[in-house]
Amino acid sequence: MNAPPATPPADRPGAAAPFLSLRGVSKRLGRTQALSGVDMDARANELLVVLGPTGAGKTTLLRTIAGLEQPDTGSIRMAGHDVTALDPAARDVALVFQNFSLYPRWSVRRNLEFPLRAPSRNLPESEIQRRVDWAAELLTISRLLDREASRLSGGEMQRVAIGRAIVRRPRLFLMDEPLTNLDAKLREALRVELVELRRELTIPMVFVTHDQTEALSMADRIVVLSGGRILQTGAPREIYERPESPVVALQLGQPAINLLPVRRIDGHWVATDGTPLVPADPAGSDARLLGIRPEHIVPQGGDAANDRGAAGNGTAEAVVEIVEYIGPTTTLLCAWAGARVHIVIQRRGRFRPGDRIRPRIDASRAVLFEPDSQGGSS
Amino acid sequence: MSFLVLEGLRKTYGDQTHAVRGIDLAIERGELIVLLGPSGCGKTTTLRMIAGLELATGGSIRMNGADVTSLRPSRRDVGMVFQFYALYPHLTVRENIAFPLRAAGVREAETRARVEAVAARMNLGTLLGRYPRQLSGGDQQKVSLARAIVRRPAVYLMDEPLGTLDADQRLAMRELIRADQLASKVTTIYVTHDQEEAMSLADRIVVMDGGRIRQVGTPAEVYDHPADLFVATFVGSPGMNLIPGQIGNGDSNGDGHGDGHDGTGRRFLSRQGYALDVAPGLRPGQATLGIRCEHIQEDPRGPLVGRVLTDEYLGNASNVHLETDLGRLVMRANGASRHAPGSRVRVRLDPEQISLFDSGTERRL
Repeated sequence: MNAPPATPPADRPGAAAPFLSLRGVSKRLGRTQALSGVDMDARANELLVVLGPTGAGKTTLLRTIAGLEQPDTGSIRMAGHDVTALDPAARDVALVFQNFSLYPRWSVRRNLEFPLRAPSRNLPESEIQRRVDWAAELLTISRLLDREASRLSGGEMQRVAIGRAIVRRPRLFLMDEPLTNLDAKLREALRVELVELRRELTIPMVFVTHDQTEALSMADRIVVLSGGRILQTGAPREIYERPESPVVALQLGQPAINLLPVRRIDGHWVATDGTPLVPADPAGSDARLLGIRPEHIVPQGGDAANDRGAAGNGTAEAVVEIVEYIGPTTTLLCAWAGARVHIVIQRRGRFRPGDRIRPRIDASRAVLFEPDSQGGSS
Repeated sequence: MSFLVLEGLRKTYGDQTHAVRGIDLAIERGELIVLLGPSGCGKTTTLRMIAGLELATGGSIRMNGADVTSLRPSRRDVGMVFQFYALYPHLTVRENIAFPLRAAGVREAETRARVEAVAARMNLGTLLGRYPRQLSGGDQQKVSLARAIVRRPAVYLMDEPLGTLDADQRLAMRELIRADQLASKVTTIYVTHDQEEAMSLADRIVVMDGGRIRQVGTPAEVYDHPADLFVATFVGSPGMNLIPGQIGNGDSNGDGHGDGHDGTGRRFLSRQGYALDVAPGLRPGQATLGIRCEHIQEDPRGPLVGRVLTDEYLGNASNVHLETDLGRLVMRANGASRHAPGSRVRVRLDPEQISLFDSGTERRL
């Protein structure tokens, strides 16, 4: 895809005041508490991803920012001004939905012009055409301008929907799972295009998704939402490597992080079947949940590169149950340490179901959770 | 003779839409075959013709030696699995799994035996009396798979069965399907547009586009040695990087610009003048070089400079998009590394890992 060459982002995280600021936003929908005391900031030039499963409150959050829902309590500020009571049009935000929402019988051009023809805008015809052509070029849909929207493919429709959002040059983009209904291949391409497009426009974006790959790969920062509450906010690497709770840990990573109940015995964290996993320091409670990403377990005889910190394990045998070779990576599902554990190797190994291996955990990468920390296990 | 043989299979609709344009495929007993391609490639139509839900307008389908091309669906021994639907909440696990058998009028004793057999194989034996709400999410998925496969036809036909599940569930179901298929050895044909799903499940992948087969091969063959440019870009996440250029005679002075006539080697020369020695037997001409992102490596002495456009962090790895003299390239980096947009890196292409395609026919050289 001909994504435009990107310019480096000008902002340094934290340097500018937030463009969008939510404080204590709560919203009840019928009998459901959709949002509970949400505090959230989006910086002036960042792509903020709100990640959560179905029912987490993501769409309600987006609709509240857009002004389509009124919060029961709390405030919303944009560019320093309180917009909580403003109607949607006055907020000057553009919303893109999952299901393309174009006028099917209209041409692409007419669909793109529509938001610019609002009487309140009073734009001259030449300016309308200039902006439509600009957006069409950015999104590589110029050759489709005269085609009827109903005759477009899914990917083309979503490009037009995005085009309709950017012609207005709003102050803020709000995206509600815009890639969810597209083929895997198209999602992959549009993911990058959207990131580069937004960076070029330097307009902040709040992007809602349940897809952890989109969250990790697109976000400047991620907000993890669950049950209407924010569980953690941070840069993708921060949340992936240092999740604050098992629920957050499980939200990011594919296959999911391995979570093993452990007890401290003789200076080690020991699995339920007695397998010592990693060295333990003496502080804190004796029972924990140990989180280890599949790529931070090394099957013995595998990559020697990750040997450091792998003390106290590599002794207990594991049985390989399932082997998946996906492109360059190998994923193993093993019975080990009284659990079923995923191991990912960044190359094509030679494993078969039934093989016996001796996994080692890279102790420096393990995360320990208090057993009472929020949420369940896998 | 193979268990299931498609020969010259075609489907043309009344409005002259050519959904399937002549497919030849031989499937062995016990294989898990994945039909992979974008929407509109003909994969679902092919599956429906095997099921008998669509009638072929040309060619033949032979199953176990018998011509079934024009048999009704019920006369073919196939089981179609569309999606793993939610379980019936008011029925027990046993009743849920038995449902398709009862609907088909299978006798009670046999129903009981088959339900217990599939439950035992999937470690659900102790849960048969429970209701879905009393099960963990993982066990619910097992029950839905058990229900889908409790009929034991000669062939399972699965049409994007994981389409509506979220990513975690998809992964778990994928593993269940694979484990069960390995245990039961029932021939399975599985349709998807998701190349990752295809790679993880298939014994062999059939890549389709425009109603035709582009390539048939094991996941590794299709990934490492794509038969044409379509397969090279469709398979893999991301698809292969493609660099247009031409194959000429080898050049011993190695500056990449000459075209010496020592008559031995062959050299690929990109339009921008980047040169790489290639296999000597290749015929000179317009060619496209393909290379996977994991075979572009950071190397301080590498010949190519890339400006970072975007660093797509994926947790256990990163896809780093680079602007280079050869155009836009994606490089796979370790998840721990960071590449800020605008920064520069030197890279090399691993010459052992390149594919070459004829730029005209788009076929692999």
